[in-house]
Amino acid sequence: MSILLDSETTFIVQGITGREAVNLTRECLDYGTGAKVVGGVTPGRLGREVHGVPVFDTVAQAVEHHGGPIDGSVVTVPPAFTKDAVLEAIEHDVKLIVIVTERIPRSDVAQMVERANEKGARIIGPNCLGVIVPDVIKMGGIGGPAKDAAKAYTPGPVGVISRSGGMTTEMSSTLTAAGLGQSTAVSIGGDAIIGSSYAELMPLFEADEQTQAIVIYTEPGGRMEAELAAWVKENDSRLPIVAFMAGRFMDEMPGMSFGHAGTIVEGKEDTASEKIARLGEAGIQVAEEISEIPELVKNRIGVTA
Amino acid sequence: MRFFEYEAREIVKQAGIPTTDFGFATSADQARPIAERIGGPTVIKSQVLTGGRMKAGGVQFADTADEAAQHAEKVLNLEINGHQPRGVLVDTRAEVKQEYYAGVVWDGIRKQPVLLFSDMGGIDIEEVAEQHPDHVGRAHFSTLRPFSDFQAKEVIASIGVSGRPLQRLTPILTRLAKLFLERDMTLAEINPLGELADGRFVALDAHMDMENEARPRQQQLLEDLGIGDEETRQAREPTEFELAGEEVDGMDHRGVAGNVTEFDGNLGLVIGAGGGSLTLFDAVRAHGGDPANYCEIGGNPSVRKAAGLARLVLEKPGVDKIAVMMSIVSNTRVDIVARGVVKACLELGHDPAEKIAIFRIPGAWEEEGFKILDKYGVEYTDRSVSMHEAARRAVEKIQGSADGGADPSEMRQTTSEVGAESEPA
Repeated sequence: MSILLDSETTFIVQGITGREAVNLTRECLDYGTGAKVVGGVTPGRLGREVHGVPVFDTVAQAVEHHGGPIDGSVVTVPPAFTKDAVLEAIEHDVKLIVIVTERIPRSDVAQMVERANEKGARIIGPNCLGVIVPDVIKMGGIGGPAKDAAKAYTPGPVGVISRSGGMTTEMSSTLTAAGLGQSTAVSIGGDAIIGSSYAELMPLFEADEQTQAIVIYTEPGGRMEAELAAWVKENDSRLPIVAFMAGRFMDEMPGMSFGHAGTIVEGKEDTASEKIARLGEAGIQVAEEISEIPELVKNRIGVTA
Repeated sequence: MRFFEYEAREIVKQAGIPTTDFGFATSADQARPIAERIGGPTVIKSQVLTGGRMKAGGVQFADTADEAAQHAEKVLNLEINGHQPRGVLVDTRAEVKQEYYAGVVWDGIRKQPVLLFSDMGGIDIEEVAEQHPDHVGRAHFSTLRPFSDFQAKEVIASIGVSGRPLQRLTPILTRLAKLFLERDMTLAEINPLGELADGRFVALDAHMDMENEARPRQQQLLEDLGIGDEETRQAREPTEFELAGEEVDGMDHRGVAGNVTEFDGNLGLVIGAGGGSLTLFDAVRAHGGDPANYCEIGGNPSVRKAAGLARLVLEKPGVDKIAVMMSIVSNTRVDIVARGVVKACLELGHDPAEKIAIFRIPGAWEEEGFKILDKYGVEYTDRSVSMHEAARRAVEKIQGSADGGADPSEMRQTTSEVGAESEPA
């Protein structure tokens, strides 16, 4: 199976008439078995179509047109309008919200997450590329155009979770080349506060029979890796985890931000070296190079190379 | 972005939290009248965005206005940890009965702000938390519902503070919690929060960090404080090279070719995207390479922008070669970056084959990109060569040719062939 999405998942695209959103919609429609993009929302554009997808002014109109609850929404509107768009989706019982937009202030993210928690919705991102179930469905720009995504992602036993959208594809492509497909790959976003962390996605992968191992991409900044290490220790997870840590050079440059908004060394505990130590203590192997990852995974799940 | 103490104190004051009487001065002549107005003993504090002021002699005590002016003169000329002070804060030297701590930070795991309070102020809160955990009260609070006084009261009472102090501290902590959210802070700290001999509480020092992403909507506050857009307030001041990088990125609104950070090595890097750049920079260093810079390409920049970035890096003194590398791209077009970097080489009179140590950008439009690179004899690889392997090859090349390249005049070619930009569909 997969986590978060399957071939039946319906979703809308909020901000669908933007240039990137138009491309993203095309990609999702083309990929795998073809995503069920049941509508788009851009205020003031009611009645238009984007690649055959009807455009509405409000989420309520989209839900009404669909004739029932819509599973998900990809939100790609400017940062100043993102919070409102997400609250609107949550209000109309959308349960999975992928926020592509970057540069959203933390207090907005915290409000969206708090509201999502109240209504039982899940947020992926912000500042992410979304979720892909190889050969089945993708929700967001992850992997790019359908033919490019097909080149990098194949179905298989590895769950991928990454703070970098681009590196989600790089790592999955490396796994694919080594004969290791992916159950689901999730670009969780590079901000300091995000809707779903590694530890929050682990129970989903844990419950997914197809998934036999997890590969994560991590960076300095924040405590998400420590949270994951704690989760692994407490839950006696059946899933071996292999990690890759980028940005080791940042340990020498505290206070400087590189790569993503949340990637900044602010204290002792969020350095690359500290995180590597924490992950190691929890039995999570940290690869020195991306190319080592497939071998490490194979060793752990008993596949011979 | 960090605020200077004099700005942080102003923010605190605007939020209705009492502070001692203070003023900001950039000269001894400005300091004197402030000290006269305060009219008693004063403290002269260096305004720098770094710690260790006290130890470095950046905090001086004065009994008269003349003495305050003299100290101001001295402190203004004192460099602290490589930082030249912005000015001095002339502050009332208050008689303090007890020092407290009040602060708000984000908890990225709980995804909520957390209010912190201690009756052991004046020292680092993390140190207090470690050594005297029973002296630190804390509580997370909602970002959806308005903060209410009782939440502050509970935190204060949780470490045994009662009586008048509890009553007087409650509104102060409430205002701090509100200001944290209203002003998009990532850290709002009053330390020490002083209890004066007469029982009043005043902010004696404040530390505020605001989120960069919130700058657009906090424009009014920044304007009030006289902070312009050009003040980035990063951990260190941007270098000329880095400012030139920002200019390149600002050329047009197509994609990113920027986030340039200067290093002092000989291998110029034209790398991307966010996570890819972090990975590649590490990879170059892991193989013994010495990067001249860090940067990020992403979001499909124009040929002009990619060329501008490559040119900037190529022209940096001490750069022998550039490595053009990214993680697999799906949005950025390989051919556009290829055109850009080749164009930059040609414009500078360099042979692309010699100057570009390696080109490793697999993904969208790679066939078209590789054709261009073939034409100019540039070594490139597809996704079958890992990011680390590409970095290793680049380092090997630059270490093998430390004595410089061929005569550039022989390499000059027309740029018109690659100058024409083909736009993405």
